[in-house]
Amino acid sequence: MSKVGVVVFPGSNCDHDTYHVLKHVLGQDARFVWHKEADLVGLDAVVLPGGFSYGDYLRTGAIARFSPVMRSVSEFARRGGPVLGICNGFQILQEAGLLPGAMLRNRDVKFLSQPVHVRVERSDTPATAGLEPGTVLTMPIAHGEGNFFLPDDDLERVEGEGRVVFRYTTRDGRLAAAANPNGSARAIAGVCNEARNVVGLMPHPERASEPELGSADGRRIFQALVGALVGA
Amino acid sequence: MARARVYVTLKKSVFDPQGKTVHDALRTLGYESVDDVRQGKFFELSLEGLSAEEARGVVDEMARRVLSNPVIESYRVEVE
Repeated sequence: MSKVGVVVFPGSNCDHDTYHVLKHVLGQDARFVWHKEADLVGLDAVVLPGGFSYGDYLRTGAIARFSPVMRSVSEFARRGGPVLGICNGFQILQEAGLLPGAMLRNRDVKFLSQPVHVRVERSDTPATAGLEPGTVLTMPIAHGEGNFFLPDDDLERVEGEGRVVFRYTTRDGRLAAAANPNGSARAIAGVCNEARNVVGLMPHPERASEPELGSADGRRIFQALVGALVGA
Repeated sequence: MARARVYVTLKKSVFDPQGKTVHDALRTLGYESVDDVRQGKFFELSLEGLSAEEARGVVDEMARRVLSNPVIESYRVEVE
């Protein structure tokens, strides 16, 4: 059984869904970590959930990155601990410099709440271990700022290092302009750090982890994170 | 007491969907001379016990570390 911490910032609103999936769907030893806590001792993995930390004031994730817990998350990541950032959690990890890029307003300026298809590009991350590259997962997105941006040189480097973990595609895994909902560069929906232990993605796997919700594909990401897919 | 103003804008190379939408709206209203719109952020800071020169250094650091995201934005500082 894995011990997984779900970090709670003021304004997180997917923390309970994430906790529910880890604790009740997967039967793991999940616990909330308040953003003022600095102690991550004993945890096997840390999840930064979605929401609107600090009301998205200034920029998405810009204030949360200065929360006391983020120093510990950085240290946890530096030691190789698996960290997963979902939606706002991804944005916080970008602001903290743990993941590359920044999120612009969606191309069409609208907040998007809809199911999308993402293709798994890499199996060598804690969020995708055991998932074959090319696997297409269906999960919802819910964001106003998910338009992944990196300057061209950095984009080439991140691509070259194989750090694009998820891309928006059609249901059958093809790249298409219409399948890229927010205008993200190279249809990037998720990336990892150089050491590959920190992963961020914009779709919400916690909202697609039980068949009653229309898709249970997201469960596979949490199963990967807690090591349940490896060797399965 | 020093006063500082910080202007944060998206870098020229970065697409600004909000500016584009405002631009389209202005054109729709008949302001056809509008060639481009870039939307940004504006901060006014009052600083206690710093000379203008000291304030400039501190505000520049704040703009770099917090008020802007250097991946997508640039900033300009004015101190008086």
